[in-house]
Amino acid sequence: MRWRWNGVVAAALAVGLLAGCGNGGSATTTGAASGGDSGSAGSKVIKIATQSPLSGGSSIQGEAIRLGAQMSMEDHKEDFSKLGYSLELVPYDDQGDPKKGVANAEQIGADQAVLGVIGHLNSGVSIPSSVVYEKYNIPMISPASTATEFTDRKLKVANRVVARDDFQGPAAAEYAVKTVGAKKIFVIQDKTAYGQGLAEAFRDKAQELGATIAGYEGITVGEKDFNGVLNIAATQNPDFIFFGGLYAEGGLIIKQARDKGITAPIMGGDALDSSGLVEIAGADVKGALYSSVAGEIAKMEGGSDWAARYQQEFGKAPEGYSAYAYDSMTIMLDAIKKTLDSGGGEMPSREAVRDGVRATKDFKGIATEVSFDDKGDNAYAKVYIYEFADDTYPGKLVSEVSQ
Amino acid sequence: MFASILQTLPQVLIDGLALGAIYAVVALGYTMVYGILELINFAHGEIFMTGAFAGTSVLLLFQSMGWLGGLPAWVSYVLIIFIAMMVTGALGVGIERVAYRPLRKAPKLISLISAFGVSFVLQDLVRFIAELKTGNYIISVPQLFDGRFTLGFSSMTAMFSNATVKTNTIFIFIVAIVLMIGLDIFVNRTKWGGAMRAVAQDRDTAALMSINVNKVILLTFFIGSALGGSTGVLFAQQYGTIDPYIGFILGLKAFTAAVLGGIGNIRGAMFGGIVIGVLEMFASANLGIMTGGNFGAEYKDVFAFAILIVVLIFKPEGLFGKAVKEKV
Repeated sequence: MRWRWNGVVAAALAVGLLAGCGNGGSATTTGAASGGDSGSAGSKVIKIATQSPLSGGSSIQGEAIRLGAQMSMEDHKEDFSKLGYSLELVPYDDQGDPKKGVANAEQIGADQAVLGVIGHLNSGVSIPSSVVYEKYNIPMISPASTATEFTDRKLKVANRVVARDDFQGPAAAEYAVKTVGAKKIFVIQDKTAYGQGLAEAFRDKAQELGATIAGYEGITVGEKDFNGVLNIAATQNPDFIFFGGLYAEGGLIIKQARDKGITAPIMGGDALDSSGLVEIAGADVKGALYSSVAGEIAKMEGGSDWAARYQQEFGKAPEGYSAYAYDSMTIMLDAIKKTLDSGGGEMPSREAVRDGVRATKDFKGIATEVSFDDKGDNAYAKVYIYEFADDTYPGKLVSEVSQ
Repeated sequence: MFASILQTLPQVLIDGLALGAIYAVVALGYTMVYGILELINFAHGEIFMTGAFAGTSVLLLFQSMGWLGGLPAWVSYVLIIFIAMMVTGALGVGIERVAYRPLRKAPKLISLISAFGVSFVLQDLVRFIAELKTGNYIISVPQLFDGRFTLGFSSMTAMFSNATVKTNTIFIFIVAIVLMIGLDIFVNRTKWGGAMRAVAQDRDTAALMSINVNKVILLTFFIGSALGGSTGVLFAQQYGTIDPYIGFILGLKAFTAAVLGGIGNIRGAMFGGIVIGVLEMFASANLGIMTGGNFGAEYKDVFAFAILIVVLIFKPEGLFGKAVKEKV
């Protein structure tokens, strides 16, 4: 959902890109495959694929996923070579496009040496691609996809280390009621699947925690004048406002609310996690809150050392999802190693690795602890609450809420 | 229920009038072109949007050059509106020349499709330029008037609560009123205005009376588009952010306002714009209260358009459709 605008742009560019990048993609694959052949001269090869957008609007995050996974693989290469296996990373570019993701997934499925996939970034790509992986029994761990449907279909292969979309609303409600102490909350939503879902989840949890909902109103995406809704809010005089929607409307609501003299804190979901919000709302953004599934890596145990190592290795600072990709790869390799050990050093089957990944319990990674439940959701996944202390992006991490 | 509606009424009226003033001036562009060509110029919403972008880019340019420091804010505001009006006026004339004049003898439906084409071209052109220059097509607009003040309605009577007004809202009222009165005088009192009314009544006879019909049509497009462009600047200043798609919904509502007032009728368009703006704001603030929470603010457009339908059932020519015989 949060990549909606990128999606629009991507769709516009897709036609042009498809031809060129199609060639580029297959070239990479052949290159990697031949590399694998030469590597297998000495030892058996285990390949792990990454699938993320390496080109287009979300390529920064996509590249971060690839590099995070690569870093973890390099850390484990020695362990595996002792067992007589060489590890190899096969990066695929899904372009944030479901069609491309599925086509890549078929290629991955056909390569028998691939035992697992780290990806995708976009839920919209993860969902159709996971069906293909299910067919080939290749386990996937997504470091970023949050849509509920991704794991709700109870596929054996689909796992994720981040929180679900429907946990964000309750987590935000918990922060609003317990930490901020909100008693009278006004909820606004944008009538989209994302915004309404988030707002309803927030509303229900807030009521459960004992806050009153002073109003629940909708707006229309694309409009610029929200004075009507804010007039209702102003009469109700709430002490907290929650907005389920995207940053373009969120920024305007923050600005127009402050223009009206409404001083209550305004909070939104991960769709507000954008520098665009700061641009639109300007100085009024100060004090606004948003939730996100990605934490601040520097604040985590061992995180700053890890970030320094990442910086040294790749020459750039880690993005929000880098560490999640790192952890995903570590989980994958751990599962493969366990199956190797129990299978007496035989090349593990995809089915065994799949079940091994799902059986992961109490894994301690850089970004998050991980225990997969029977659907592939991470029981330790957290939602992080950020606040704009200043009119600069990103906001400051103020709280984390666990499931 | 009535007490709480009354409480917010001053604020609702002020917000509604500001929105309505914008609708009204944009509606003028629709109604003028329809009056003279019987063509619904659906690209008008995009002309409004282009005006918003043109004004904002001029403002950004002035700021980067540091030219604004010496000028009072209202002078630069007027200057920017004037530049945006010239740009969009010229754009309107160009569109007429390229997209409508070759089709003037063709069936009306063809011109309508041409209008849709122009509006898509403008949307994507503006988006392309905005993205090229700033990397993002949602542009934040620096505000010339940032202030706001409170009107003490509650001291008049306890039934009302206070209303907050942005300084820019006052400016919108002033500019909209000046433009509307100016247009009214121009159409009714000047030679060119007389020529426009003549062409609107009967194009062929007007041509026989030595009126240059093509020039009059170009003038109509210039004025209508310039009005749309000026509102674009007002809109950008009022809401602080613009994107290439703001023209669509707003254009639709302004067109509705023109129909409500009786399309082809200038005073009707002004009145229709104000009515739609106030109704919309009233509905979004009070629908929840009136229906006991069953229908929230998201149904405001349904409410406004339901009223439009009711009006059109009883008066299909619009509120002012027959009251005035001449149409421009």
